[in-house]
Amino acid sequence: MRLFQKLPCFLCLALLTGCSLDKAPILNPKGPVARAQLDLLLTATGVMLIVVIPVFIMAFLFAWRYRASGGKGRYSPDWSYSVGLDAVLWLVPTAIIVMLGYLVWTSTHRLDPYRTLTGTQAAIEVQVVAQDWKWLFIYPEYGIASVNEIAFPSNRPLSLRITSDTVMNSFMIPALGGQIYAMAGMTSRLNLIADNPGRFAGRNTMYSGDGFSDQHFVAQALSDEDFAAWTARVRQSQRSLDAAAYQALAKPSVAHAVEYYSGFEPGLFEMILAKYAARPKHSATISGQ
Amino acid sequence: MLGKLTIDALPLYSWVAMSGAAVTILGGLAAFILVTYLRAWRSLWTQWLTSLDHKRIGIMYIVLALVMLVRGFVDAIMMRAQQAFSLNSEGYLPPEHFEQIFSSHGTIMIFFMAMPFLTGLINIVVPQQIGARDVAFPFLNSVSFWLTAAGAGLVLISLVIGKFSQAGWTGYPPYSGIAYSPGVGVDYWIWALLVSGIGTTLTGINFIVTILKKRAPGMKLMRMPLFTWTTLCVSILMTFSFPALTVVGVLLGLDRYVGMHFFTNGDGGNMMSFANLLWIWGHPEVYILILPAFGIYSEVVSTFSGKRLFGYESLVYATAAIAILSFTVWLHHFFTMGSSANVNAFFGIATMVIAVPTGVKVFDWLFTMYRGRIVFHPSMYWTMGFMVTFVIGGMTGVMLALPPADYLMHNSTFLVAHFHNMLIPGALFGYFAGLNYWFPKAFGFTLNEKWGNRAFWLWISGFYLAFMPLYILGFMGMSRRMEHYNVPEWQPFLMVAALGAVLVLLGIVCIGVQLLVSVRDRKTAMDITGDPWNGRTLEWATASPPAPYNFAVIPQVEDIDAFADMKIRGVADLRPTQYEDIHMPKNSAIGILLGGMAFALGFAMVWHIWWLAMACLAGALLLLIIRSSNDDNEFTITAGEVEAIEIQRRYTTHKIATDRPMTTSGLPDGQTMQGRF
Repeated sequence: MRLFQKLPCFLCLALLTGCSLDKAPILNPKGPVARAQLDLLLTATGVMLIVVIPVFIMAFLFAWRYRASGGKGRYSPDWSYSVGLDAVLWLVPTAIIVMLGYLVWTSTHRLDPYRTLTGTQAAIEVQVVAQDWKWLFIYPEYGIASVNEIAFPSNRPLSLRITSDTVMNSFMIPALGGQIYAMAGMTSRLNLIADNPGRFAGRNTMYSGDGFSDQHFVAQALSDEDFAAWTARVRQSQRSLDAAAYQALAKPSVAHAVEYYSGFEPGLFEMILAKYAARPKHSATISGQ
Repeated sequence: MLGKLTIDALPLYSWVAMSGAAVTILGGLAAFILVTYLRAWRSLWTQWLTSLDHKRIGIMYIVLALVMLVRGFVDAIMMRAQQAFSLNSEGYLPPEHFEQIFSSHGTIMIFFMAMPFLTGLINIVVPQQIGARDVAFPFLNSVSFWLTAAGAGLVLISLVIGKFSQAGWTGYPPYSGIAYSPGVGVDYWIWALLVSGIGTTLTGINFIVTILKKRAPGMKLMRMPLFTWTTLCVSILMTFSFPALTVVGVLLGLDRYVGMHFFTNGDGGNMMSFANLLWIWGHPEVYILILPAFGIYSEVVSTFSGKRLFGYESLVYATAAIAILSFTVWLHHFFTMGSSANVNAFFGIATMVIAVPTGVKVFDWLFTMYRGRIVFHPSMYWTMGFMVTFVIGGMTGVMLALPPADYLMHNSTFLVAHFHNMLIPGALFGYFAGLNYWFPKAFGFTLNEKWGNRAFWLWISGFYLAFMPLYILGFMGMSRRMEHYNVPEWQPFLMVAALGAVLVLLGIVCIGVQLLVSVRDRKTAMDITGDPWNGRTLEWATASPPAPYNFAVIPQVEDIDAFADMKIRGVADLRPTQYEDIHMPKNSAIGILLGGMAFALGFAMVWHIWWLAMACLAGALLLLIIRSSNDDNEFTITAGEVEAIEIQRRYTTHKIATDRPMTTSGLPDGQTMQGRF
């Protein structure tokens, strides 16, 4: 069989898979959200196999058994319909989809990224701004901000309000859960939680221009003490994100280094949002003057 | 005078871009020299470029598709090469160039490879399959083709003059807006889509009317061959979905040209409207690409299993259901945009519902093979490769249809692997099956099977090698469209993927060799019967290649497998008692001239050469007036001439048939054409 030609390739793949999949963040979730999403993925795959495996078997079996060059199967050229078979062909997939449909409905509501997570402690809110080509994190609760590094206590849910000061981006920390778009003039929300302290990779997954490939950041889930130390370190920064500093930061930059700001312009997040709001009528006349 | 066009538009900024431009120019030059050398300009012009014959227009569509397949594949293998080696390095492509490549790869493969390929097959086959002499609007058909070619020309010339879009084939604003993409690239993309999109809309209208009005007597809707059914559904999808693309292109153009804010940042512009409008076209488009292939698979599996199609009615209803449902699922392309759980869940479920009719179809094809006599022609290999591979893509599709799972996999290489897994086996394999199956009908000789099989095995192993690693990389957190990366674990998978691309390259080379070898051996591979595979549908009742009028006498249809039924009843070869005068459309140069105007219009708009744009619009209007005021656009083939052609055909068929034994590769060993029934 020519099929054997493909076999080495599959073996090769399997080998590679064994080597590095333990580091695949999606397959090794580090938080309940990502874990639930992965579970769903695996459940759906399992259910789908009810259809996929028979197709595989039938394709090879029929091809072998009914081949013109010596197949053993019976030849009935006019056999073209069977009510029972037709019913099975429609009803089994339908049953599977009804099952999966129920799963979709419940899981989409349960895992709605906008839903605040309840932990043992209140959630920590962080405002996230996508820029060309970096991420700004603003901590209203602590009066600090950082670039390309987000830290949070591992025992508190993380509640993110996300916007963009540039093109469409998509915020994701694969080990902790799914993504959500960041869009100028709009706020989207994402709620995540980490099981334990850890250091995870995060990135923009939505192509956004020349610096896109380097637009990743570090996400750190920290113990209470470490988080306190982290905020203290950020507070020691000489720099503050006032309006002028923000203007400078918002300019395009590639592979921006991690930066800390001990303070930020009050209402910065809302100001960024307001930049893109529809122009009210009176302001149109003002700019016209 | 020349708008924004200056000497800086030439691609002198990098050697890769320069060689791309050089290859494009040299390719054009080579074609020019070849035609001149063969002194073929006159016959090219009179027999092909100005032809309104649906078969010739179909062949031109497929030639365009194959050229663009090569161009689009060069993009693909360049991306694979870049990613294979760009771990912590810049690779050999700077970001701005890599971005042009992935943008043009997607644009070309969808609009200028897949669309012309399927439209070409439809053009060649459908009129013959329904027992018609031509399409309903032959001139419109020519206009459609030349508009598509004009769009392809705009993409090709962007390689030489200026740059192509860097905004991806979907061109999402605000990135594609003037603030973030000030160059001409996005304008090239918009105009290529607008020009070719109008061509596609016209094709849709043409084939709806053709199929509804031009069927042979007795061919009720429920007796139409499956390929005709899928074409009907696809034509309806084209007609209803492409206007959405035209609108979204125009609105984005207004943003870019006159400073409006439909989608761009600022003044309340809303980028989410773009995503909605684009995918209201974009999801039906997926089925526009796939359904014709489903039709081809239905024809191939039935012919090469020597058996009636299993569950014909199920297949028809499944096709129609897919066509309708395809308009109800567009939001699954952006579950991650922050819609409410109710909205996301609704579209997730709608998406999964499509899996039902699709699954039914796959099983119907399998049960067509069941109790058949399967001949492993290359078309059958493509079909079987499709069935096995496509279900994997279907499975990953259902995974992505679960909104919470999509949050994890969206924008990743898993998604890239999924849609390639749908479109390569689901569409392209089908077109290749169709090419192998209908080639003798179009050209009068069969394609070499050995090279066809080689092409198949290389393509399918290349496909698995290229895309299975991308599924895994998606789990490893790799985003699509990355020019370089910093995760060492990704690299081995990307190298395997690049190796897969090399196998696909060899597969493409095999298709080229197959065409050359078949042309060389055409004398021995002549299809004198017009029915090389013991076909079941009406296109096999005509000569190969058919006379301009296809059918001297319009056949009377009594069965779904009309031609098989005629063979059984012994009326397939009957000589008609008398022939009639046949009116056929005259050639027209207006189609190619309109295409030229559309190309120049697009080019002028890209470079802001306003006087040229105005001149082209005026010229196009003038051409339409000239065409509309000309009533003398048909010629007559007299009954005598028809009789002469038909007698000649019978004479050749029978003479050669008695000269050498009639064995055709489509038949199981030892069975003759008659002995089969």
